[in-house]
Amino acid sequence: MRVLETVMGIPMSIDVRDDGDHRMILDDAFGEIRDADTTFSTYRPNSEISRLNRGELTLDSVSDDFRGVLETAERFSTVSGGTFTLRDSNGDWDLNGIVKGWAAQRAAELLVSRGLRDFCINAGGDVVAAGHPESGRPWMVGVRSPESAETMLAVFGLSDRCIATSGAYERGNHIVDGRTGREATGLASVSVIAADLTTADVLATIVYAMGEDGVGWAAERYDCGVLAVTDSGRLIDGGDARRWLANASGR
Amino acid sequence: MRRRNWQGTTLFLSIFAILGATLGLKFYSSAAQPALTSSLSVGTTGSGTGQSSAPSAAPSASSSAAPTPSSSAAPTSAPAASTASRTINGDTVQTRFGNVQVAVSFSGHTITKVDVLQVPQESGRDMEITSYSVPVLTQEVLSSQSAKIDSVSGATYTSEGYIQSVQSAIDKLG
Repeated sequence: MRVLETVMGIPMSIDVRDDGDHRMILDDAFGEIRDADTTFSTYRPNSEISRLNRGELTLDSVSDDFRGVLETAERFSTVSGGTFTLRDSNGDWDLNGIVKGWAAQRAAELLVSRGLRDFCINAGGDVVAAGHPESGRPWMVGVRSPESAETMLAVFGLSDRCIATSGAYERGNHIVDGRTGREATGLASVSVIAADLTTADVLATIVYAMGEDGVGWAAERYDCGVLAVTDSGRLIDGGDARRWLANASGR
Repeated sequence: MRRRNWQGTTLFLSIFAILGATLGLKFYSSAAQPALTSSLSVGTTGSGTGQSSAPSAAPSASSSAAPTPSSSAAPTSAPAASTASRTINGDTVQTRFGNVQVAVSFSGHTITKVDVLQVPQESGRDMEITSYSVPVLTQEVLSSQSAKIDSVSGATYTSEGYIQSVQSAIDKLG
């Protein structure tokens, strides 16, 4: 069964292949994502992050979830030398670069904890591929071409892996290199495959911001696969990305 | 070039088949429409083939004026009847790639069919763009492109437009 919902203004779907009626579980999974939006949305005046930015909360009084996300984001910021940034151009806290991936990862963990094994979550292009859609094959996840939504750049066969893609075509995706404050240049699209979606999502953002050098940077530091396209249309890969590419014979 | 064109068409259809989320899919309305959440039920799961055939009808549908099937069926059916059949045109949603509009057929609150009335016509442009990048693609990446897909990584305005148009049709069902 498959459920579609719009959260954070983004269409999200969960496709479950385990037998049975799991709509209650799926609703709880979407609840995780809705909760994340309630906590972290900079567009909601009553979110924790908005209250923190107005000085109504301090870092000592935020929720455990908030602190956990903040700590994860800070680790990525440190290891990337500040490329990944936790604040917007006004200096306000802005965790939008991590929240979508983190929330969908949480939803996936909820599904697993409730006994589901074979499902695919697509949170606006960030994908968790768990188990198998049918016996004997992985989830086939296409990466859209940076030039056209109707064309696939590549197709990966994924099982218990996550993939996130950053590209200039994404809504609101004006990725800034936190080291320079300038908009990222050099890459048209970056996809990162990792064991969890938080890592895949943040690394895709960091590599995109770093440009070509980011591909090797990520592959050397994380257990991941990277496939990037430069502005001139050249392909670069890093880590184990090629391992996951679908075969010519399909499946 | 022949092969590229074929692939592009296939992949285009695949996107709509997968992200389209039409027949056999369960739509939960967004938070703004809580009343629909529990009442929408699912068509049979054997509908995948019918779903993927829908986009192929699009070029002819969009080149002529889009039909308005909603006006004929709607008024006669009693609102309370759960099996009443209606077809409702979704809003035309503007995307970066062009307009997207669908017509959703309902039996009661069950979606029985989604027809694509308008989608961007981009195949010519796709071929041009793809042909410049092909020489630098590794053979492995190139060959992976022909695989059948279940999902797509990377946000797409077109699929968002499609989903929004479907959602608006659901909303109009009330």
